[in-house]
Amino acid sequence: MKLLYFAWLRERIGVGSEEVSPPQGVDTVGALIEWLKTREPRYEAAFAQTAAIKVAVDQEQTDFNASIIGAREVALFPPVTGG
Amino acid sequence: MAVRVQEEDFDPTTELDALSAGRDDIGALVSFTGLVRGGDVSEMVLEHYPGMTEKALEEIEEEAIKRWPLQGVTIIHRVGPLPPGARIVFVATASRHRAAAFEAAEFLMDFLKTRAPFWKKESTASGARWVDARETDDAAAARWAVE
Repeated sequence: MKLLYFAWLRERIGVGSEEVSPPQGVDTVGALIEWLKTREPRYEAAFAQTAAIKVAVDQEQTDFNASIIGAREVALFPPVTGG
Repeated sequence: MAVRVQEEDFDPTTELDALSAGRDDIGALVSFTGLVRGGDVSEMVLEHYPGMTEKALEEIEEEAIKRWPLQGVTIIHRVGPLPPGARIVFVATASRHRAAAFEAAEFLMDFLKTRAPFWKKESTASGARWVDARETDDAAAARWAVE
Protein backbone atom coordinates (compact mmCIF):
# COMPACT_ATOMS: atom_id res chain seq x y z
CA MET A 1 0.00 0.00 0.00
CA LYS A 2 1.28 3.44 -0.91
CA LEU A 3 1.09 6.15 1.73
CA LEU A 4 1.26 9.81 0.79
CA TYR A 5 1.84 12.76 3.12
CA PHE A 6 1.36 16.43 2.30
CA ALA A 7 2.26 19.87 3.67
CA TRP A 8 3.43 19.94 7.32
CA LEU A 9 2.66 16.26 7.75
CA ARG A 10 5.13 15.46 4.96
CA GLU A 11 7.74 17.72 6.57
CA ARG A 12 7.31 16.19 10.03
CA ILE A 13 7.48 12.61 8.77
CA GLY A 14 10.34 13.45 6.43
CA VAL A 15 9.07 11.73 3.28
CA GLY A 16 6.30 12.47 0.78
CA SER A 17 5.44 8.86 0.12
CA GLU A 18 6.34 5.33 1.15
CA GLU A 19 5.25 1.74 0.62
CA VAL A 20 3.97 -0.02 3.73
CA SER A 21 2.50 -3.41 4.59
CA PRO A 22 0.31 -2.97 7.66
CA PRO A 23 -0.10 -6.10 9.78
CA GLN A 24 -3.33 -8.05 9.85
CA GLY A 25 -6.04 -6.31 11.87
CA VAL A 26 -4.99 -2.85 10.73
CA ASP A 27 -8.00 -2.42 8.48
CA THR A 28 -9.18 1.18 8.91
CA VAL A 29 -7.57 4.59 8.46
CA GLY A 30 -7.71 5.13 12.21
CA ALA A 31 -5.96 1.82 12.90
CA LEU A 32 -3.37 2.61 10.22
CA ILE A 33 -2.48 5.89 11.96
CA GLU A 34 -2.23 4.16 15.35
CA TRP A 35 0.05 1.54 13.80
CA LEU A 36 2.23 4.22 12.15
CA LYS A 37 2.59 5.95 15.52
CA THR A 38 4.15 2.80 16.98
CA ARG A 39 6.80 2.62 14.26
CA GLU A 40 9.00 5.63 15.04
CA PRO A 41 8.87 8.79 17.17
CA ARG A 42 8.59 11.01 14.09
CA TYR A 43 5.25 9.39 13.25
CA GLU A 44 4.07 9.73 16.82
CA ALA A 45 4.97 13.43 16.74
CA ALA A 46 3.37 13.99 13.34
CA PHE A 47 0.12 12.28 14.36
CA ALA A 48 -0.03 13.70 17.90
CA GLN A 49 -3.15 15.69 17.00
CA THR A 50 -5.20 13.62 14.61
CA ALA A 51 -8.19 15.99 14.80
CA ALA A 52 -6.35 18.23 12.35
CA ILE A 53 -5.65 15.45 9.86
CA LYS A 54 -7.68 14.61 6.75
CA VAL A 55 -7.54 11.44 4.70
CA ALA A 56 -8.18 10.24 1.18
CA VAL A 57 -8.36 6.55 0.26
CA ASP A 58 -7.64 5.95 -3.43
CA GLN A 59 -8.01 9.70 -4.00
CA GLU A 60 -11.48 10.02 -2.44
CA GLN A 61 -11.77 12.04 0.76
CA THR A 62 -13.15 9.99 3.60
CA ASP A 63 -12.82 9.64 7.39
CA PHE A 64 -10.86 7.63 9.96
CA ASN A 65 -13.51 4.87 10.01
CA ALA A 66 -12.97 4.10 6.34
CA SER A 67 -11.64 0.68 5.38
CA ILE A 68 -8.15 0.41 3.89
CA ILE A 69 -8.62 -3.23 2.85
CA GLY A 70 -7.55 -3.48 -0.78
CA ALA A 71 -6.66 0.24 -0.95
CA ARG A 72 -3.83 1.10 -3.31
CA GLU A 73 -3.16 4.61 -2.03
CA VAL A 74 -3.87 6.31 1.30
CA ALA A 75 -3.10 10.02 1.61
CA LEU A 76 -2.89 11.86 4.93
CA PHE A 77 -2.80 15.65 5.05
CA PRO A 78 -3.77 18.79 6.96
CA PRO A 79 -6.96 20.70 6.07
CA VAL A 80 -6.66 22.10 2.55
CA THR A 81 -5.80 25.78 1.99
CA GLY A 82 -5.97 26.37 -1.76
CA GLY A 83 -7.72 29.04 -3.72
CA MET B 1 -15.62 22.62 -19.49
CA ALA B 2 -12.00 22.62 -18.42
CA VAL B 3 -9.92 22.05 -15.31
CA ARG B 4 -6.20 22.81 -15.30
CA VAL B 5 -3.48 22.58 -12.64
CA GLN B 6 -0.29 24.24 -13.83
CA GLU B 7 2.87 26.07 -12.80
CA GLU B 8 2.62 28.60 -15.63
CA ASP B 9 0.69 31.83 -15.42
CA PHE B 10 -2.58 32.25 -17.32
CA ASP B 11 -4.26 35.17 -19.03
CA PRO B 12 -7.81 35.84 -17.76
CA THR B 13 -8.83 37.64 -20.95
CA THR B 14 -7.71 34.75 -23.14
CA GLU B 15 -9.57 32.31 -20.90
CA LEU B 16 -12.79 34.34 -21.02
CA ASP B 17 -12.57 34.72 -24.80
CA ALA B 18 -12.10 30.95 -25.14
CA LEU B 19 -15.26 30.30 -23.10
CA SER B 20 -17.48 32.35 -25.40
CA ALA B 21 -15.70 31.93 -28.75
CA GLY B 22 -17.99 30.99 -31.61
CA ARG B 23 -21.17 30.93 -29.51
CA ASP B 24 -24.20 33.18 -29.32
CA ASP B 25 -26.07 31.39 -26.53
CA ILE B 26 -24.07 33.00 -23.69
CA GLY B 27 -25.40 36.17 -22.09
CA ALA B 28 -23.18 36.29 -19.04
CA LEU B 29 -19.53 35.60 -18.33
CA VAL B 30 -18.34 35.83 -14.72
CA SER B 31 -14.79 35.29 -13.54
CA PHE B 32 -12.80 35.39 -10.32
CA THR B 33 -9.01 35.70 -10.18
CA GLY B 34 -7.20 35.08 -6.89
CA LEU B 35 -3.82 36.78 -6.32
CA VAL B 36 -0.98 36.28 -3.83
CA ARG B 37 -1.25 38.97 -1.14
CA GLY B 38 2.01 40.70 -0.27
CA GLY B 39 2.58 42.45 3.04
CA ASP B 40 5.04 40.38 5.08
CA VAL B 41 4.82 37.47 2.62
CA SER B 42 7.78 37.33 0.24
CA GLU B 43 6.75 34.10 -1.51
CA MET B 44 3.92 31.58 -1.50
CA VAL B 45 4.47 27.94 -2.41
CA LEU B 46 1.45 25.90 -3.52
CA GLU B 47 1.66 22.16 -2.94
CA HIS B 48 -0.99 19.76 -4.25
CA TYR B 49 -1.90 16.09 -4.61
CA PRO B 50 -1.38 15.28 -8.29
CA GLY B 51 -4.15 13.05 -9.59
CA MET B 52 -6.59 13.75 -6.79
CA THR B 53 -6.46 17.50 -7.36
CA GLU B 54 -7.72 17.21 -10.93
CA LYS B 55 -10.36 14.71 -9.85
CA ALA B 56 -11.58 16.95 -7.02
CA LEU B 57 -11.78 19.98 -9.31
CA GLU B 58 -13.70 17.99 -11.93
CA GLU B 59 -16.16 16.85 -9.25
CA ILE B 60 -16.68 20.45 -8.13
CA GLU B 61 -17.21 21.49 -11.75
CA GLU B 62 -19.74 18.69 -12.30
CA GLU B 63 -21.60 19.72 -9.16
CA ALA B 64 -21.86 23.31 -10.44
CA ILE B 65 -23.16 22.11 -13.81
CA LYS B 66 -25.80 20.06 -12.02
CA ARG B 67 -26.97 23.03 -9.96
CA TRP B 68 -26.96 25.83 -12.52
CA PRO B 69 -27.66 26.09 -16.26
CA LEU B 70 -24.09 26.74 -17.40
CA GLN B 71 -22.78 26.94 -20.94
CA GLY B 72 -19.18 26.69 -19.83
CA VAL B 73 -16.85 26.46 -16.83
CA THR B 74 -13.10 27.02 -16.52
CA ILE B 75 -11.07 26.30 -13.39
CA ILE B 76 -7.32 26.98 -13.32
CA HIS B 77 -5.12 26.60 -10.23
CA ARG B 78 -1.42 27.29 -10.19
CA VAL B 79 1.11 25.32 -8.13
CA GLY B 80 4.74 25.85 -7.15
CA PRO B 81 6.43 29.02 -5.93
CA LEU B 82 4.55 32.29 -6.56
CA PRO B 83 5.58 35.89 -5.76
CA PRO B 84 3.24 38.50 -4.24
CA GLY B 85 0.86 39.83 -6.88
CA ALA B 86 0.94 36.62 -8.91
CA ARG B 87 -2.29 35.02 -10.07
CA ILE B 88 -3.03 31.77 -8.16
CA VAL B 89 -6.51 30.72 -9.15
CA PHE B 90 -9.10 31.47 -11.81
CA VAL B 91 -12.70 30.37 -12.15
CA ALA B 92 -15.02 31.46 -14.93
CA THR B 93 -18.60 30.58 -15.68
CA ALA B 94 -20.73 31.17 -18.75
CA SER B 95 -24.52 31.19 -18.71
CA ARG B 96 -27.49 32.68 -20.51
CA HIS B 97 -28.22 34.98 -17.57
CA ARG B 98 -26.04 36.59 -14.94
CA ALA B 99 -27.58 35.12 -11.76
CA ALA B 100 -26.49 31.57 -12.57
CA ALA B 101 -23.03 32.69 -13.68
CA PHE B 102 -22.45 34.79 -10.52
CA GLU B 103 -23.74 32.13 -8.13
CA ALA B 104 -21.90 29.27 -9.81
CA ALA B 105 -18.59 31.18 -9.76
CA GLU B 106 -18.96 31.81 -6.04
CA PHE B 107 -19.90 28.19 -5.44
CA LEU B 108 -16.85 26.98 -7.38
CA MET B 109 -14.49 29.11 -5.28
CA ASP B 110 -16.12 28.16 -1.97
CA PHE B 111 -15.94 24.45 -2.78
CA LEU B 112 -12.46 24.66 -4.26
CA LYS B 113 -11.12 26.28 -1.10
CA THR B 114 -12.49 23.55 1.16
CA ARG B 115 -12.33 20.41 -1.03
CA ALA B 116 -9.45 20.57 -3.49
CA PRO B 117 -6.15 19.22 -2.11
CA PHE B 118 -3.92 22.31 -2.22
CA TRP B 119 -1.76 23.62 0.61
CA LYS B 120 -0.14 27.05 0.88
CA LYS B 121 3.18 27.76 2.54
CA GLU B 122 4.14 31.38 3.09
CA SER B 123 7.71 32.65 3.32
CA THR B 124 8.23 35.71 5.49
CA ALA B 125 11.24 37.53 6.93
CA SER B 126 10.75 35.53 10.15
CA GLY B 127 10.58 32.15 8.40
CA ALA B 128 8.18 29.94 6.49
CA ARG B 129 4.77 28.81 7.76
CA TRP B 130 1.94 26.64 6.49
CA VAL B 131 -1.27 28.61 6.09
CA ASP B 132 -4.02 27.50 8.49
CA ALA B 133 -7.43 26.52 7.16
CA ARG B 134 -10.03 29.16 7.96
CA GLU B 135 -13.38 28.48 9.56
CA THR B 136 -14.89 31.25 7.46
CA ASP B 137 -14.07 29.18 4.36
CA ASP B 138 -15.91 26.18 5.82
CA ALA B 139 -18.89 28.41 6.59
CA ALA B 140 -18.84 29.82 3.06
CA ALA B 141 -18.93 26.29 1.59
CA ALA B 142 -21.61 25.14 4.05
CA ARG B 143 -24.14 27.70 2.84
CA TRP B 144 -24.37 25.77 -0.47
CA ALA B 145 -25.50 22.60 1.32
CA VAL B 146 -28.53 20.98 -0.23
CA GLU B 147 -31.48 21.43 2.09
